[in-house]
Amino acid sequence: MTLTVRRPRGRAGHGAPPVSWWRGRKAQGWLYAMPTAVIVAVLFIAPLLLVLWMSLNRWPLLGQATFNAPDNYTKIADNALFVDSVFFTLKYTVIITVLLSAVALGLALLVQESRPGVGFFRTAFFLPGAVGFAATSLLFYGMLNADFGPIDPMLRALGVTDEPVKWTGTPNMALFSTIALVLWRFAGFNMLILLTGLQAIPTEVYEAARSDGANRWQIFTRITLPLLRPTLALMLILSITGSLLAFDQFFIFTNGGPDNSTVSMVMVIYRAAFFRFDLGGAAAMSVVLLVALVGLNVLMMRRLR
Amino acid sequence: MRRRLAGIATLALLTLTAACGGGGGGGGQQPADEPVTITMWTRAATQAQSERLVKAYNSSHKNQVKLTVIPTDNYQPRIAAAAGAKQLPDVFAADVIFVPNYTSQGLFLDITDRIAALPFKDGLAPSHMKLGTQDGRQYTLPHTLDLSVWFWNKDLYEKAGLDPEQGPKTLKEFAQHATTVQEKLGKDGKVHGTFFGGNCGGCYVFTFWPSVWAAGAQVMNAEGTESLNDQPAMTDVFKIYRELHEKGATGPTTKEEQGPTWTGFFPKGEIGVMPMPSTTLGMMPADMKIGVTAIAGPDGGESTFVGGDSIGISSTSQNADAAWEFLSWTVSDEAQVEVMAKNKDVVARTDLADNKYSAEDPRVVLINSLVGKGETPYALRFGQTFNDPQGPWLRLAREAVFGDAAKAGELNAEVTKSLQQ
Repeated sequence: MTLTVRRPRGRAGHGAPPVSWWRGRKAQGWLYAMPTAVIVAVLFIAPLLLVLWMSLNRWPLLGQATFNAPDNYTKIADNALFVDSVFFTLKYTVIITVLLSAVALGLALLVQESRPGVGFFRTAFFLPGAVGFAATSLLFYGMLNADFGPIDPMLRALGVTDEPVKWTGTPNMALFSTIALVLWRFAGFNMLILLTGLQAIPTEVYEAARSDGANRWQIFTRITLPLLRPTLALMLILSITGSLLAFDQFFIFTNGGPDNSTVSMVMVIYRAAFFRFDLGGAAAMSVVLLVALVGLNVLMMRRLR
Repeated sequence: MRRRLAGIATLALLTLTAACGGGGGGGGQQPADEPVTITMWTRAATQAQSERLVKAYNSSHKNQVKLTVIPTDNYQPRIAAAAGAKQLPDVFAADVIFVPNYTSQGLFLDITDRIAALPFKDGLAPSHMKLGTQDGRQYTLPHTLDLSVWFWNKDLYEKAGLDPEQGPKTLKEFAQHATTVQEKLGKDGKVHGTFFGGNCGGCYVFTFWPSVWAAGAQVMNAEGTESLNDQPAMTDVFKIYRELHEKGATGPTTKEEQGPTWTGFFPKGEIGVMPMPSTTLGMMPADMKIGVTAIAGPDGGESTFVGGDSIGISSTSQNADAAWEFLSWTVSDEAQVEVMAKNKDVVARTDLADNKYSAEDPRVVLINSLVGKGETPYALRFGQTFNDPQGPWLRLAREAVFGDAAKAGELNAEVTKSLQQ
């Protein structure tokens, strides 16, 4: 038996006059999509066009803008702080993506199978993800503060250190303290993403591999990782995009220090806009960052598909 | 279907009309006899003084002020964002050193004629008035005054064998006192000779520059376009603080202190002597014996950084008359004496320096007397050069105190470049 679904064609097929387009299904579709389309247009496309236009102008806080293209773009290369921040942000992105993927995958594998008590660990690993990122940065700032934070006295009481640990005192310590903060905040969330991917792998595939004599390592590298590829791709895109847009953790926790060693790209844009009131220059840097991010994401989607 | 679409369109139109009608009332002119509520923003650093003034004004006037306090670190970005969106409050206070930049951006309303009508206009704090003037036109009034002075802990001085009634008279003496406190009392790591915000650009200018002025020198040219921070008057001051740090006489987190907590150690009784903001005097523990003295140069003299906030009417305000009524009241005898002086705050008028409340505490008399002697440096690009953690000044100061002092010349050129942008 063949089931045929016909699209209703109004009364046209019955000799009635043709229906104008806005009364048909197409018009209804447009109407249904309209609220979302309006939101996207107002909250995304309009600001994007405004930023593009700002980047071509000298844009004062109050008063008339004056067209100065391409000055805002050409002066980016002369901004030593921005150039340094590009290298720092890339370094941070590589380190955090590798560590975050490894830790999240490890945690996901630990809590993958249903067994007694696993729910507790899943919740415990995920809970830091429920804390706001700015709040997390402030929490670490307080916890690791040598004057009033609890970590230093604990370490001294245990005999681990003799004097206050300068958690943000040197460039490397500041970077790795921040990495610890980000791992604490995001490892559980990324674990959850990977867990959905792991649980989507049919158990029959594992059983077949085991009956063929595959050991644990072979199962991990030949079954788990290849079948987890789409989920890993999603996690990588989220992690890399988020890291390239890093702001809260460095703005609140290290304040870009010591000696400008932890200044991210978005911090430089923020500084240009809100401390130097150079709105046109900040818009130009934002456009450059946006183009780079779109390009990188397209590239990653193609490679990881 | 046609009816339904027509209905949706009518509803949308009505909603839009209602929305436009509702929004129009906020910006319109109020009838003259109706009380007006004006909006005001201030930063957290001077919250206590602003709250006291607003409370006193609201309890005695028909017009009302709605005050919003914004965290100090976020204040400048908030002002910038609000200005860009033309959503500034009716009046806003600002760190006095940012006023020239805000004025040049057109954020404040010209109030020259209104100020000229004040009977006490010549008594308004001169340094604040200078920074609120551009091309001969005046835009702001002094709001709160915050002066940098040296506080010393009399109990710690006594325990360390120093004279508790005698504060330092020179920066070199300051260093000797700090070193003595550190050597005599600092062995268990709970008491330190001195402290300063070592990773905070604003803290350096507030606490180090008065020593340069006290020595008769300058930190910038008068136009605020050339930095003189590689000159001997400044490097001598850096050297004294550097030696204090090398001797271990500064608190252990001095180098990392970003600013938010730099004034929090003295009230705990942990610090012998250190530069502090005068506004914190009223907030010190009641049983703590504190001496206050002017900041001195390496070999003497005295000066202070006359900081604090200025206040003006925003150029987009629809309630300029009501805003001026409040602003002019804040500098009146009533507000300055019964609100500011009564709470040990520095008065914004030199003609009221001696008042019935200041006479009760010689420390307040001393602080009030410094208003005329101190300086408030002028530079259009002050914030991005000196306060911004990514600005060039912080690097210069940190290299001079903790790193390679020989880089002062090269980094000073960066400071000048930033001032000229």
